[in-house]
Amino acid sequence: MSSTQHALTRRGALALAGAVSGSLLWPGSGRAQAQKPAELKVGITTFLSGTSSVFGVPARQTAEMLFEEINQAGGIGGVPVRALFVDEAPGTEHVVAEYRRLVQNEGVSIIFASISSGSCLACTPLSDELRKTTLLWDCGTQRALEEGRHPYAFRTQGYATPEVLAPLLYLLKTKPDFRTLAVINQDYAWGRDSWEIWKSAMDVLKPGVRVVAELFPRLGATDYSTEVTRLLAARPDVIFSTHWGGDLVTLVRQAAERRLFDRSTFVLPVAEASMQILGRTMPAGHIIGTRGDHWNNHPRPKDPARLARFVDSYRRRFNEYPIYPCHHMYQAISAMQAAYNKAIAAKGGGWPNDQELAAAFRGLEFPTPTSTITLREDGQGLEDQIVGVSTFTDRYPFAVPKDMIIFPAAMVSAPVGQKSVDWVKTLKPELLAQVPAPIAG
Amino acid sequence: MMRRGAEASIALLGAAGVLAAAWAAPWLKFVLTIALAKGIAVLGILLLLRAGQVTFGHAVYLAAGAYTVAFLAPSAGEAFLLLPVAALVSGLLGLVVGLFVVRYRDIFFGMLNLAISMVFYSLLEKLYSLTRGTDGIRVEPPRIAGFSLALEDYVWAMLILALVLAVGFGVLVRAYLASPMGQALAGIKTRETRLEFMGVSARRVLLAAYVLSALMGGVGGAIVGMTTRHVTPLLAYWTSSGELVFIAILGGAGAALGPFLGAVGYELVRVYAAASFAEAWQAILGAVLLLVILFAPGGLWGMISGLLGRGRPGRPA
Repeated sequence: MSSTQHALTRRGALALAGAVSGSLLWPGSGRAQAQKPAELKVGITTFLSGTSSVFGVPARQTAEMLFEEINQAGGIGGVPVRALFVDEAPGTEHVVAEYRRLVQNEGVSIIFASISSGSCLACTPLSDELRKTTLLWDCGTQRALEEGRHPYAFRTQGYATPEVLAPLLYLLKTKPDFRTLAVINQDYAWGRDSWEIWKSAMDVLKPGVRVVAELFPRLGATDYSTEVTRLLAARPDVIFSTHWGGDLVTLVRQAAERRLFDRSTFVLPVAEASMQILGRTMPAGHIIGTRGDHWNNHPRPKDPARLARFVDSYRRRFNEYPIYPCHHMYQAISAMQAAYNKAIAAKGGGWPNDQELAAAFRGLEFPTPTSTITLREDGQGLEDQIVGVSTFTDRYPFAVPKDMIIFPAAMVSAPVGQKSVDWVKTLKPELLAQVPAPIAG
Repeated sequence: MMRRGAEASIALLGAAGVLAAAWAAPWLKFVLTIALAKGIAVLGILLLLRAGQVTFGHAVYLAAGAYTVAFLAPSAGEAFLLLPVAALVSGLLGLVVGLFVVRYRDIFFGMLNLAISMVFYSLLEKLYSLTRGTDGIRVEPPRIAGFSLALEDYVWAMLILALVLAVGFGVLVRAYLASPMGQALAGIKTRETRLEFMGVSARRVLLAAYVLSALMGGVGGAIVGMTTRHVTPLLAYWTSSGELVFIAILGGAGAALGPFLGAVGYELVRVYAAASFAEAWQAILGAVLLLVILFAPGGLWGMISGLLGRGRPGRPA
């Protein structure tokens, strides 16, 4: 008996020692923030597998490219930066576990959280709890910052409300005579949320529009023939769809084949990321958006050289044009640089701790390839929206917008402290008078 | 069968190991809590495996427990209230589904469970105004025995709660398997007709095990919900059910400790794989499962009991 027990404990002790000495088990070295770390670690959650990797992988490429550039230029405040990537595909539980590991074990200084809105919603309370600055770098849900205060969470881009409202205002401004409308959205939170915002806003801005079809095919559907048939039969003047990625490509191809684009005007707020794949298949004359203002043919970028440099170096490395998640990644990295510089300057050259870093983000203004973005006091970034009508030029082998309208972010975002869906219901048709004129060409 | 003392001491060592690892690496507390919660759910699968039945839809009970927590937490935020309610809800769901599925065996049993879990998944996803669809529901941390704990204390409390429940259910399942009801489960696997000749209803035996397994799934789900604090329909998806079966195979179906060994092993492999190879973690998990199936068909538990058995020749293993 005693020999058994002995063998057991020895085995157990060995196993335990083996486990404990595993490098991952030791608490990270970067916990003490006051001195300058040897390396500035950035945790980034993004889709590396699954359907959403069409956004996640280009964003990751952007991060790697920009981090290299930053390090070549001497890092941030003299400290080199390093990205640690986490795959979002396995779901919330995995992302939450990885978030904790990155903070408590790797000692990351800042986290860029999530393409998926579900993951963002799970990460923002964690940022409060672990007091770690978290940049919501791509997710769109309005719930993330409207359902409570999160002192360590900041969104360095626009969100669902302006991204849906701007295309609606564009439609009302340029084609105000439509009477019937249909919606075809993916059957999950974004598809439902974006329709709710659109419908609530449309009902107050242009009452009396008849909704002739509400179609919610499943996420990742490969066949839209039933939906296209219904839309052909219903003959709506306008078809609204917040489809994205491969689903949008499939929908556009199948709808174009059956000439649905000839009969109805499409409004596609997330079109930009799929334009390169669609190429000439994308019909001209339909309203397209890009979840922001970052079109390759931005009519008046604030710093044209900066935009050209980014697009060119991305194309040189990856042989394709950057899409909107690349720009959102750029924005998060640019915000991080600006905040660190601000915090270091405020401390007279000292290295900021977590609180000082978060404080630097509040009210921060930072440059993007096309413009500048300001973070409001609730952490929401004010990113302008550009919407236009699809067209083809000699410069690009895919559709780009023309007759673009630049919507100032403040005009299309719910004010601080208000919930988006309630706010859009208070809009007045007079708002249309404030919409700037399209920039011709 | 292993001796009782040896199994108890391994369980004790395991529990101490979990606490030591959680103390040494704070971030592991979360991972281990989830592992223990899944282990409790897999214990249920183990019961059904005894009867030779594999379910590919067990995650539905995990989700039922987690969503019970998510729905009730705002009005009744007390862990010691949420846990039994979640168990009850899952148990009742298990009873309703069970009445139907225990009529079937083998592939039909597995596929029917899968189908029912996917119906439940679709409901969670489509009843948007109720469940918030794929974005899921945030769960505010509930009080634990009347105390509202903050930050790390809460995470510790959840880990210890999960550990206590894991041990409790482990002992329960061990006792259940040794009881006539448990022995009858093995009878279903070998030859069901014999059971009927003895005057035992195979359906009732399987139904009892099914309801118990659903109940444990609910408890596991409640812990997952309270720990992750964000509940999404993905919990009920078939991949999540597959994960539970994966854990059952990895851990080995031989003893009540198997599911916990499997769950901790699974979560650690996943975390380490994801940390070292963000893009290839699926391939690593797959390779591990393949190796276990090829070289250790008894799972981790089979390996351990084999090692211990070899050290004591001459004694009945």
